[in-house]
Amino acid sequence: MIRLLPLALASLWNRRLTAGLTVIVVALSVSLLLGVERLRNDARESFASTVSRTDLIVGARSGPVQLLLYSVFHIGDATNEVSWPAVQRIAARQEVAWVVPLSLGDSHRGFRVVGTTPDFFRHYRYGDGRRIGFAAGRPFADVFEAVVGAEVAARLGYREGARITLAHGSGEHVAEHGDKPFSVVGVLAPTGTPVDRSVLVSLESIEAIHLDWQGGAPIPGLKIAPEMVRKFDLAPKRVTAALVGLENRAMVFRLQRAINEDTREPLLAILPGVTLDQLWDVVGIGARVLLAVSALVVAVGLAGLVAVMVASLGERRRELAILRALGAGPRDVFFLVAAESVLLTLAGCVLGVALVQVLVFSMAAWLQANYGLAVSPGWPVGREWMLLGAVMLAGLLASLVPALRAYRQSLADGMMVRM
Amino acid sequence: MERVATTPGRALELRGLRFAWPGQAPCIDIPGFPVAAGERCFLHGPSGSGKTTLLSIVGGVLSPREGRVCVLGEDLAQLSARARDRFRADHIGFVFQLFNLIPYLSMQDNILLACRFSAARRKRIAAAGSTPLAEARRLAARLDLPANLLARPAMTLSVGQQQRVAAARALIGRPGLIIADEPTSALDADRQTRFLDLLLSECDAAGATLLFVSHDRRLSAHFDRVVDLSALNQAAKEVAS
Repeated sequence: MIRLLPLALASLWNRRLTAGLTVIVVALSVSLLLGVERLRNDARESFASTVSRTDLIVGARSGPVQLLLYSVFHIGDATNEVSWPAVQRIAARQEVAWVVPLSLGDSHRGFRVVGTTPDFFRHYRYGDGRRIGFAAGRPFADVFEAVVGAEVAARLGYREGARITLAHGSGEHVAEHGDKPFSVVGVLAPTGTPVDRSVLVSLESIEAIHLDWQGGAPIPGLKIAPEMVRKFDLAPKRVTAALVGLENRAMVFRLQRAINEDTREPLLAILPGVTLDQLWDVVGIGARVLLAVSALVVAVGLAGLVAVMVASLGERRRELAILRALGAGPRDVFFLVAAESVLLTLAGCVLGVALVQVLVFSMAAWLQANYGLAVSPGWPVGREWMLLGAVMLAGLLASLVPALRAYRQSLADGMMVRM
Repeated sequence: MERVATTPGRALELRGLRFAWPGQAPCIDIPGFPVAAGERCFLHGPSGSGKTTLLSIVGGVLSPREGRVCVLGEDLAQLSARARDRFRADHIGFVFQLFNLIPYLSMQDNILLACRFSAARRKRIAAAGSTPLAEARRLAARLDLPANLLARPAMTLSVGQQQRVAAARALIGRPGLIIADEPTSALDADRQTRFLDLLLSECDAAGATLLFVSHDRRLSAHFDRVVDLSALNQAAKEVAS
């Protein structure tokens, strides 16, 4: 049978235009499938490492996914807050290395404001432990200084020195803290995390703009000028959540239990990685649908291959009859036609893999810059090999259609074609 | 594996051969037809005499309903379809009227194609101390095919050249039986004679039996024996009368 391979190659070369087009169709569909799988993986990994090297996230008692959504993704609002003493108690524990408090609730032109400490820039990590970088400027150091995320800066055209005002709440009809403008002192580099869409200020700034507020509205008749705020106690009273890092990761379950069982205040501590995985199960549906659609596109590509091969059999009747006269059996004819189909599928897979490499190489920088998506160039891995194997298997099954037809045709035609 | 003739000296022997296409009256009914080894037999076969069907049976592509088809001592009716295919590859060389060659293969690859399907042919060439490639080139030269055409795709050759390439392919590896089915009818009279001379002398050189089928009686003068297929085939007679 193997002696027929050179013949299959020569025959394909003779039909190189249609064969080439077929290979391109298969290659495009395969590269789509592999590309989607690659992106799906990278998106998943990117998502799963929206926050990394943070051992626990602590908030008021609610659901783990809810806590993750509002503290990390800035989606929805906290129903309750964490008292400052509770944060301090956690920070004081021996096994705790650092605590970064987060105070949410204000916004700036649709972007969330995050009140935190300068420690945020030191301890917040994403991806495989990457730090947040500054595209320009420095962390906030004083009241009324703000650092803006990459997307905020890009969309609103902010640079260092820009003056911005924050708004109370994040709905449509928000009350402005118009009397206390902030100046932008730093612009962050893109991270592909919700940090890009954040305006970061100090906890003291959050206190300062709410000095003359109560219950979500300015206190009538009370106006405290910006230059006066320093005379007040700006120590935070409550925060929304806190990121906690441990000296020793092995202690994480003990600390989690200690926080969750704290009788002084109803708190919830979650492991971000675990909850991110839970959340991806929901968010990842879109990616799975995309993968299923690409699998269908591969099926369409292979259907095209079958059509091309079957169509070619009519004009190859003499060729196959000559092979019969030379001693080829119908099985040989079957194998020849099947081999041609499989070779086309194989060529399509190889070209498809190459195409994905080229695309990933040429687009990696752009994806990283614009979507913070770290796509990984390189040879197919694990599941991608499985997908390629599935495509080859499907190609093998598809090849049976023209091969069986050729078998029956050569059985009927024998050595002489009666046309 | 060389086959030993059960009836010594017979290259082909048909006995009580009957064949019918499904649902049709028999188109082949040959009580007996022997061809001696080394014989040049001219089979006169006008259209409708069952020629194509008979050649398919002798070639082992079709299996007869009744009777014996002994080729070089092997009864094809006793062999499986697969074994008959292999037997054809090893022991029978065909030359047809037209379209003998794979158009996109070179002349040389077309000749070598016969060896690709037959280990026995390769073995016989090796036993004679040659290689398939050398043998293909030798035959091409013997059949007046210039060496500079060897690498040319078959579709660029003239009809006369194509027929000679087909003859070289049929002869390579010394099969015992050469079956030529109207090989000259696409050629003009001049070329017919030259082709026939070359074919006959190469069959002699290879020691092959030649079964030459044609409707053109003028060619029969070159042969040891002339047989009328319509007289041989009782089924054709019935149709004719």
